[in-house]
Amino acid sequence: MTTPASTQFVNIGERTNVTGSAAFKKLIMGGDYTKAVEVARQQVENGAQVIDVNMDEGLLDAEMAMTTFLKLIAAEPDIARVPVMVDSSKWSVIEAGLKCVSGKPIVNSISMKEGEEAFLLHARKCRQYGAAVVVMAFDEVGQADTKDRKVEICERAYKLLIADGFQPEDIIFDPNIFAVATGIEEHNNYGVDFIEACKEIRARCPHAHISGGLSNLSFSFRGNEPVRKAMHSIFLYHAIPAGMDMGIVNAGQLDVYDTIDPDLREACEDVILNRPARSEKETPTERLIKIAERFRGTDAVAEKAAEEWRGWDVVKRLEHALVKGIDAYVVDDTEECRQKFARPIEVIEGPLMDGMNVVGDLFGSGKMFLPQVVKSARVMKKAVAHLLPFIEAEKEAGARSKGRIIMATVKGDVHDIGKNIVGVVLQCNGYEVIDLGVMVPWMTILQAANENDADMIGLSGLITPSLDEMVTVASEMQRTSMTMPLLIGGATTSKVHTALRIAPVYEGPVVHVLDASRAVGVASTLLSDTQRDEFVRKTAADYNAVRIAREGKGQNELSTIEEARANAFVADFALKPDAPKQPGTHVFADWPLEDLRELIDWTPFFRAWELAGIYPAILTDPVVGESASSLFADAQKMLDTIIAEKWLTARGVAALWPAYSDGDDVIVNGETRLAFLRQQIKKREGRANMCLADFVAPQDDWMGGFAVGIHGIDPHIARFKADTDDYNDILLKALADRLAEAFAERLHLHVRTTLWGYAEGEQLTNEALIKEQYRGIRPAPGYPACPDHSLKPILFDLLGAEEKTGITLTESFAMLPTAAVSGFYFGHSEASYFGVARIGPDQVADYAARRGEPLDITERWLRPNLD
Amino acid sequence: MTIKKSEAAALFRQQAKERILLTDGAAGTMIQRYKLTEADYRGSYDLPSDQKGNNDLLVLTKPEVVDEYTRQYLDAGSDIVSTNTFNANIISQGDYDAVHLVRDMNLAASRIARKAADDYAAKDGRPRFVAGAIGPTNKTLSLSPDVNDPGFRAVDFDTMRDVYQDQVAALMDGGCDFILIETIFDTLNAKAAIMAVFEEQAKRGVEIPMMLSMTITDMSGRNLSGHSVEAFWYAVRHAHPLTVGLNCAFGADLLRPHVQVLSGIADALVMIYPNAGLPNDLGQYDEQPHTTGGFIEDWADTQLVNVVGGCCGSTPPHIAAMAKAVAGKPPRQPHAHDHRMKLAGLDPFTMVA
Repeated sequence: MTTPASTQFVNIGERTNVTGSAAFKKLIMGGDYTKAVEVARQQVENGAQVIDVNMDEGLLDAEMAMTTFLKLIAAEPDIARVPVMVDSSKWSVIEAGLKCVSGKPIVNSISMKEGEEAFLLHARKCRQYGAAVVVMAFDEVGQADTKDRKVEICERAYKLLIADGFQPEDIIFDPNIFAVATGIEEHNNYGVDFIEACKEIRARCPHAHISGGLSNLSFSFRGNEPVRKAMHSIFLYHAIPAGMDMGIVNAGQLDVYDTIDPDLREACEDVILNRPARSEKETPTERLIKIAERFRGTDAVAEKAAEEWRGWDVVKRLEHALVKGIDAYVVDDTEECRQKFARPIEVIEGPLMDGMNVVGDLFGSGKMFLPQVVKSARVMKKAVAHLLPFIEAEKEAGARSKGRIIMATVKGDVHDIGKNIVGVVLQCNGYEVIDLGVMVPWMTILQAANENDADMIGLSGLITPSLDEMVTVASEMQRTSMTMPLLIGGATTSKVHTALRIAPVYEGPVVHVLDASRAVGVASTLLSDTQRDEFVRKTAADYNAVRIAREGKGQNELSTIEEARANAFVADFALKPDAPKQPGTHVFADWPLEDLRELIDWTPFFRAWELAGIYPAILTDPVVGESASSLFADAQKMLDTIIAEKWLTARGVAALWPAYSDGDDVIVNGETRLAFLRQQIKKREGRANMCLADFVAPQDDWMGGFAVGIHGIDPHIARFKADTDDYNDILLKALADRLAEAFAERLHLHVRTTLWGYAEGEQLTNEALIKEQYRGIRPAPGYPACPDHSLKPILFDLLGAEEKTGITLTESFAMLPTAAVSGFYFGHSEASYFGVARIGPDQVADYAARRGEPLDITERWLRPNLD
Repeated sequence: MTIKKSEAAALFRQQAKERILLTDGAAGTMIQRYKLTEADYRGSYDLPSDQKGNNDLLVLTKPEVVDEYTRQYLDAGSDIVSTNTFNANIISQGDYDAVHLVRDMNLAASRIARKAADDYAAKDGRPRFVAGAIGPTNKTLSLSPDVNDPGFRAVDFDTMRDVYQDQVAALMDGGCDFILIETIFDTLNAKAAIMAVFEEQAKRGVEIPMMLSMTITDMSGRNLSGHSVEAFWYAVRHAHPLTVGLNCAFGADLLRPHVQVLSGIADALVMIYPNAGLPNDLGQYDEQPHTTGGFIEDWADTQLVNVVGGCCGSTPPHIAAMAKAVAGKPPRQPHAHDHRMKLAGLDPFTMVA
């Protein structure tokens, strides 16, 4: 399971806080520091990413308790590995604590309560001790309660700190979570005030973070843990998308959003979001209080229910243990499972992966939080650790295969259909394939190759940043004096790139493998005593020829960016589309799959299976016709099942925003700058140097964006994997990809005819749709008209895509789930697709400045367009 | 509070943009060659303890020795020379009953290095820099010396900060350009030293540029207080140092993966000065200058570093070999600041959002 790099909520454990935990307080008051240290250890084991230490208790020497405890946990590497939050309302306690912390901690908190001077003095000290700070929304007047006050105080503090030299990312605001449902009318909007303030603070204070203590929120329901848990979980569900990215909360006190009783969930949501009363008889607070009574004491009931699951089937028990993060019985259950399966590995690939996929789905859709996921991962680890000796024992019995091949999709990339196909083909031919999965860093690849005494390494990747990562892998292989062959494959890879960029950095054999059908030939030749040397020599000569040809070829001449701009495409803005009929954001939580099925473009589907030809002619092709037809029939059958059993869910979002162009940028919503690239290759007379911004008028125009994803594939893939059914595994992934593309097409149609509505009467056949014979375009970041993948986070922010569609981005901006499409809408009738192609250093520098990104980072993302 | 910017730091940064700079090599290795006696060390001082091995005292009793090897490093190509003050602090000198000489040691050491640097700069017009060296002392703020009492500490933060601040003040009075906090085996000690520099800087109203250098103590890439290279950098980044780097520990070959990690994340210049290999059975360093030079050439070719030099076992020929290896090669480009919140326990923590 992968942790998406762009989903982040930092959970700060509060169990080592005397004000938050009665048990901890008792230990500290009693001087039992040994047990107190164990509390910290458990907390880290349970997934706390930062531990909060607070000793504010009237009867304690807080300075002494703070320093004693911090020194003790510093001696425990498994606790000290995580950062500390030094938490006190007294500055003297904070400073004493800072003198004991060797890493970079967080101070919680400082504020302008005593005026700007004291605030800045404390802030400066924190900086000099090397700490980040939590700033409470508290000023000389008092604690901020309304949205406006929260925003005003935080912005003022931000400006003071920045002027004093504080790094903005080291500032964390705590805009105060107050109790709701207290019966006092003024308190009703506190939840909304916090959530709304989060949005505004994030907008006004770039790079700063937002935290809060959750326990206050549910103060009115003390003693009713089920309701408190529900309130906290629901609050986070709304506050995290608004910008809250840190919180002090006990991981055990959170529920999975989806599993909260619907009545309770609605009542909590009404109170937290201060919605109008559902009936005249009772206010939302009264209603929640009433409903809450039903849940009081259900902890005990829940405990009984908790024991009930022990009676279930073992596979179901494992899943339950994984989702709930219960590790008490996992070793016994795994052993029981092992005896039922033919091979120990099947326990991992089957029930364990199924359970983890459920966890992954819940997390991916924002319904489970990171600490809970960490707990699940721990259960998984225990189970795997139990199985490993059995798997090892089995291995020794096996005979040596034809050859051992390490395969991996490189770091930052999640695409694996092609790699899996190659893996299957190789395995069918008697090779042992060690598949390291997706997003694999170079160290892991090299290590696996060495430890397993591999015969060769195969790298795969789909998105352009992966090309650079492959160069890194090759140069690290060179540096560590490896000599085994390196095979390169994947959609964006090419013989030219391999020859120009990868082969020169590695002296061992480097071979670009065009498709799976060549993989076996290449592998067997490389492992043949008689053919190897000749093949390696020929390939090297071939690549050398590519390099020489490339050098001689001379690239197309570039204009300067100024010249290119002077030759921009001049759109006739008299033809610009009318304002959208339905501007704003539109969310589609579950688009009917049967509707998408009709729009599937089958030609790329066959290409994924390496069957060349155009649909439908391919079905009767003399060479591949038979296998294409059989594959097509299987695909139709699986589509029937996918739709009938609702395997997959199509989630999407589309939005239309007021926009105007400013040079090569488009300003959206009056605030967000989208920087685009312009073609720079010299054009012949009458041909423009195109840029997407050319399609938007300099004032008073519109553009849009979208993101669609096909969710829910994981459990089914895991099922196929458990059956070692690679065929259906790949078939399902390929179909999900097609459904995502079809959804993008369908949504674009809906936008043209209804939401934007500039093509109300459009009537096109499927074929015409696939040929894009309509007005307007939807270019995607990372593709020729807009080659910079790193625009995706901006697009996602504009759309709220992560929250609304559950699609997340990796560090290289690949989308998860893998079957996903995102892009921009341009409605002008003259808008057309084009390729930016090669650009010059002048535009790169200009573009980096417009993006506000460092030049080296920009160059990295634009590498494929630089040479 | 306005702090006057350091002109030496600006000049250094400008030089570092153009080429890979060189610092010096080991002092101890050079001093050993003179086979000095206790009487040589002691000079005319009346001190109760045996002074043999108190290298820091030599700046007062045998200044010509320190001056000579300093100039040999300058001849070899060093752009930076560091002062012979690794143990010239109140804690370490306590062992030699020479606490009262600490300020004089730092002043004298600074003056020797300053004079030599200025002479060479005047000769060929190339700027030379003096780094006032501060060692870690033999006390640690992060660890208990008593295994049965993990909460015990032999020294506290404020004491350590004051010890360092005295040394910083004397080094700056003696004419140093920068403060080099080196051989950092305990990150918290380094944080106390950084605080000392901040306080001294505020007192003077003049910027005191810092160079920070961590020492890895095991093959997994952590220092004695347990910090990984990345966690160390996040824990000390608030110093806004002129350089951050690694010294001592291993030779250049074993240090390389760790250099790569640091080089990949630091938004400061990177300075690395490894030992001349690992000591042999007799405790001697026998890595030959051309071997070291070969390793350093690879670092230069892969643009891992901005400043290189040597630690234990390295000599002027090692520095000369490095100078040859890096000549004409482009320096590393420091990373741009990326605005992700970085925290650290023993492990690094980066917030993605």
